Amino acid sequence: MTAHALADTVTMLRRSLRRMRRYPSLTLFIAGIPVVLMLLFVYVFGGTLGAGLGSSGGALGGGAANAGLDRDAYLAYVVPGILLIGVAGAGHGTAISVAMDMTAGIIARFRTMAIARGSVLAGHILGSVVQTLLATVIVVIVALAIGFRPTTGPLDWLAATGLIVLAAVAVSTLCVALGLAANSVETASNSPMFLTLLPFLGSGFVPASTMPGPLRWFAENQPFTPLNEALRGLLIGTPIGGTGLLAVAWCVGVAALGLIWALRLYERLPVRVGG
Amino acid sequence: MSAQRSTAGPAIWVRGLRKSFEKSVVLDGIDLDVDAGTVFALLGPNGAGKTTAIHILTTLLAPDAGEVLVGGVDVVRHPDAVRRLIGLTGQVSAVDQQFTGTENLLLMADLHHLGRAEGRARVHGLLERFDLVAAADRPVQTWSGGMRRRLDLAMTLVGDPRIIFLDEPTTGLDPRSRRVMHDIVRELVGEGVTVFLTTQYLDEADRPASRIALLDAGRIVALGTPAELKRLVPGGSVRLEFGSAADLEQAARVVDGNGPVRDEASLALEIRGEGGVHALRTLLDRLDAASVKVEAVTVRAADLDDVFLSLTGRSGSQEAPKP
Ligand SMILES: Nc1ncnc2c1ncn2[C@@H]1O[C@H](COP(=O)(O)OP(=O)(O)O)[C@@H](O)[C@H]1O
Ligand SMILES: [Mg+2]
Repeated sequence: MTAHALADTVTMLRRSLRRMRRYPSLTLFIAGIPVVLMLLFVYVFGGTLGAGLGSSGGALGGGAANAGLDRDAYLAYVVPGILLIGVAGAGHGTAISVAMDMTAGIIARFRTMAIARGSVLAGHILGSVVQTLLATVIVVIVALAIGFRPTTGPLDWLAATGLIVLAAVAVSTLCVALGLAANSVETASNSPMFLTLLPFLGSGFVPASTMPGPLRWFAENQPFTPLNEALRGLLIGTPIGGTGLLAVAWCVGVAALGLIWALRLYERLPVRVGG
Repeated sequence: MSAQRSTAGPAIWVRGLRKSFEKSVVLDGIDLDVDAGTVFALLGPNGAGKTTAIHILTTLLAPDAGEVLVGGVDVVRHPDAVRRLIGLTGQVSAVDQQFTGTENLLLMADLHHLGRAEGRARVHGLLERFDLVAAADRPVQTWSGGMRRRLDLAMTLVGDPRIIFLDEPTTGLDPRSRRVMHDIVRELVGEGVTVFLTTQYLDEADRPASRIALLDAGRIVALGTPAELKRLVPGGSVRLEFGSAADLEQAARVVDGNGPVRDEASLALEIRGEGGVHALRTLLDRLDAASVKVEAVTVRAADLDDVFLSLTGRSGSQEAPKP
């Protein structure tokens, strides 16, 4: 049975990729949200927020001449957070796909076949990682087009890509479980919403140190913050410190727990009749 | 695929099967034996527990108690070995709507590790057998319900399973798809495959089944061949319509012993348990001998209601059947 684990996973991944090719609108939507947020934050809030970062020394009312500089500084600051919004969005889409599989009864069919344990879930997870990378490429292209300039080298970029893949594995594994646990497609499209909010409640858009008490504590200790800090360091050379290891640990932990939860649900969930 | 054609021992063997959800007992000690290469129909109204039984037999659901062997293999202890022997076409369609019929079937071929050439050949053969060639390369969401149902069964057959489970395979189907389903079931049994199906309708079970079990309130209340069951059940009813009140009056006297129900308003007489050909002929002969002129005869064959009425003392179809 395990002899076929790889073949079955490849078959399931091909199914996910075919669905992506056949229905590209979901991928475009997943890439579109972070792109729109990036444009919104950079062009609407970016002048002020960039000034608030203190990079150009200007405070509020620093004048039109500084606004451009502030905006570029904010773009550099916000890109990692925007990329993580893309990761969360792809996970969100995965939860919906899984829930659709559940209601369509196809998962019940898979479960009555001698398919390698976990390959159905692995196909969804890997498909989601591919989708995340596609969205990342689109976001990066737009970021470059509006003036984002990473200051680090190719090895750092490679590490950043690795970190995004790791984050995508963690988020999509958790989302596969959320999709299996949801009792309808609607639930599946609501329950992962918190993932899209989390990057905002961290250091993705403004420094956590600017937030009030309990919120600041949350922002400094939630998993997206070390991810954000590590990504930022790998892209624009800010200090990474211990955040890299912390980010990897969070991803591995969430992925492991998500996988255990998803496998349990997959094996034991009663089959839905109707709905 | 590699499953040997084992004719020794029953294909399905169940003893003391129990299953409850929360507080409601759905299966309350079920015993079943299904011989290899036969059709077995599990008959029961909506909510009787047919789907629950199928889900336990196909490893989707764990039983609370009892022993369940499929193909001689314990479903709880060795689910993967059972999965290699079986195929399920569930009550809910299990096709991938976003893909074409060919893609759905090729997915099954890949998951059975058939190899490219063999997979394609098998898929093509199934498309022809199920009369789906014309629509094969259109997304399934554009297909009719009957076509999807046929694809569902075709997908089940890709792996060449020895034991097949069909959960209400013809409910809501058009006559053409229904006929295809019946033909395929007959062919499969001819090839030595065991077919376990469920249905809400007696005539449905009657057609392809070698044996029928009647499920009610979590128990098997009757078990046997269609002929045996019909003997248990005084089937159907006859409705006679007359041209005048006098004819009705006289007819009621002639058939008095059978406790006929009189419908004065429409000058009709309804006699239960006289649905058989022989009984009907005798009845008409007697009316003829008494010179009663019968305007119209309507025969209603034995149905699930009759079976339930006679075996459980209450109507079986209180819930409306699913569309
Ligand atoms: N997962 C479940 N949780 C709770 N109750 C269930 C579940 N599945 C089925 N039931 C209940 O069990 C009974 C039998 O259902 P089912 O096996 O689907 O009947 P049938 O297939 O004969 O219509 C019904 O009352 C149904 O509501
Ligand atoms: Mg059912």
